[in-house]
Amino acid sequence: MAAIETGGLTKAYPRVTALDGLTVTIGDGVTGLVGANGAGKSTLIKILLGLLPATSGEARVLGYDVAAQGAQIRALVGYMPEHDCLPADVSASDFVVHMAQMSGLPHTAARERAADVLRHVGLAEERYRVMGGYSTGMKQRAKLAQALVHDPRLVLLDEPTNGLDPAARDDMLELVRRIGHDFGISVLVTSHLLGELERISDHVVVLDGGRMLRSSATSEFTQSTGLLLVEVFGNRADHDRMGQALVDAGLAARPHGDLIEVEAADPAVHDVIRDLACDLELGLVRMQQHHRRIEDVFKEGEAGSVQPV
Amino acid sequence: MSSPSDPRVAPPRGVIHDIGYRPYAGPRLGEGQVAFSLFLTGLRNCFGLGRSGKSKVLPLLLLVLMVLPALILVAVMVQLKMDQQLLPYARYAMVTQLLVSVFVAAQAPALISRDLRFRTITLYLARPLRRSTYVLVRLASLTAAVFILLVAPLLVLLLGGLLADLSVWGQVRGFLEATAAVLVLAAVLACLSALVSAVTTKRGIAVAAVIVVLLVSYTVVSAIQGISVDQGNDTLGQAVGLFCPFTLIDGLQHWVFNAPPSTPAPPEGTGIGVVFLIVTVLVLAGSVTAMLLRYRKAVSV
Ligand SMILES: Nc1ncnc2c1ncn2[C@@H]1O[C@H](COP(=O)(O)OP(=O)(O)OP(=O)(O)O)[C@@H](O)[C@H]1O
Ligand SMILES: [Mg+2]
Repeated sequence: MAAIETGGLTKAYPRVTALDGLTVTIGDGVTGLVGANGAGKSTLIKILLGLLPATSGEARVLGYDVAAQGAQIRALVGYMPEHDCLPADVSASDFVVHMAQMSGLPHTAARERAADVLRHVGLAEERYRVMGGYSTGMKQRAKLAQALVHDPRLVLLDEPTNGLDPAARDDMLELVRRIGHDFGISVLVTSHLLGELERISDHVVVLDGGRMLRSSATSEFTQSTGLLLVEVFGNRADHDRMGQALVDAGLAARPHGDLIEVEAADPAVHDVIRDLACDLELGLVRMQQHHRRIEDVFKEGEAGSVQPV
Repeated sequence: MSSPSDPRVAPPRGVIHDIGYRPYAGPRLGEGQVAFSLFLTGLRNCFGLGRSGKSKVLPLLLLVLMVLPALILVAVMVQLKMDQQLLPYARYAMVTQLLVSVFVAAQAPALISRDLRFRTITLYLARPLRRSTYVLVRLASLTAAVFILLVAPLLVLLLGGLLADLSVWGQVRGFLEATAAVLVLAAVLACLSALVSAVTTKRGIAVAAVIVVLLVSYTVVSAIQGISVDQGNDTLGQAVGLFCPFTLIDGLQHWVFNAPPSTPAPPEGTGIGVVFLIVTVLVLAGSVTAMLLRYRKAVSV
């Protein structure tokens, strides 16, 4: 059973159509939901939770119909909203216990789970302080903790990296990856940054203007391109000499920033490059597979409106 | 389902990270028990329990100030060996209305506006509890808190009355009648102040608005009652009592239990008595309905 299935899902606001006939299936593991501002990511999540009625179309979450079985869905799903949602005058510890109880956990179990989950998200001593004084990073962790505390089967994380500095962003992404892969909880995580999600997602769904632009396994985006990147020791002129030699040897080579990109359908090309560098008495610094990244796929014009990192 | 440590990824700074995730296999309670848990937490929060230290000061101080006069009255009554309470049970709420108003004005926004202002409401609505259950439970917590504030001094009076060997039946009856009245008063105050707090999410404005509704309405009502009694216009004096929660319930209990009134113009006669009853029911039903609608509209939370 798919974690999430939608069919022709449409949400029309008086002036904008936030979702436009969206049909998508999302499985287990980590799925990235990517789209620019206003693409409809948050709208989709609210409909999946049964918080917002769809204008037309249907959606099932963990086999339950969003229109008729919202309560069953909300019992099994954790939600981390994109906006602030933490009361300022309560400690994270008390708050997460309370939220666990709101999901039906008895008091003792709620306390144990809250302590566990707060440790998992990395809130240590500060969990006994009121949340009003938290940094954005700590708030995001507390928000994530309340989404996990009832041991959901699926979590919907709306822009968990929003407002985080690069180090905190990496921590958060690693946490999301662990939730999907180590905790065994399915994850739908949104971002408007493609590059972040390719690192942690098994699958990426791209939304644009409420429509699905693409849905595919991350491996398909990042598959090997049959290109090699070559770097030699030396200055610009040395680089150019190397590039020219490669072209003269009948290879398709072109500059790629400070590197040289070489088409290498045949493994023998590796030897040719090594020998050429040797002949020119140039030190070979590196020679590596050039993986395309998701953002390159989109640079090729499929999604002009999706911002790369 | 333990997490294998991954050498490529440095653990977040200063965090113990190699604890395995433990799934939860225990029981999950139904909506009734979840609602009760929300009720208790809300009730505790109304007295600042489970919140920051300084949120406890005002509600607990008000509770002490509510009980203190009752203790003094009882002590005086026992000392002077009087054969009746110095202040009838039915009049205590009206005499302490300023304290009650401050409590309601401070705690209704703390309980109601808080969830809207911090948008915590989203997290509640993303859980199995129904929207209407959430609203009704919040109203119940606030009603219970106000009721505790109002009934605590009555209990002191009752204990004092029994210790002073006053007629047991008379004391218990006075206490029970007043308790029933303050329960209705608590519900009216809670529903009205909750509605004001739900409409004005800004806490300061909500506090001011509740104070205005309670104190200004009382001031206006008692002024008009004073004038109309002077001028012998009984109908106006009695009818105007409908426009303040305190005088409304005071009138209602006078009509139902023939309790000693705290206003110069209590409702006399079946006609106006029934009007008091109907208005009370309408205020309760109307504010609960308005609350439910308010939260239904807050869909795109
Ligand atoms: N309550 C609402 N009323 C009217 N329009 C709305 C409402 N909520 C969202 N929209 C519109 O629907 C569209 C999709 O919004 P949504 O919040 O789902 O986008 P998003 O992908 O989450 O964007 P972001 O990255 O900014 O969070 C936007 O054009 C937005 O303006
Ligand atoms: Mg959004």
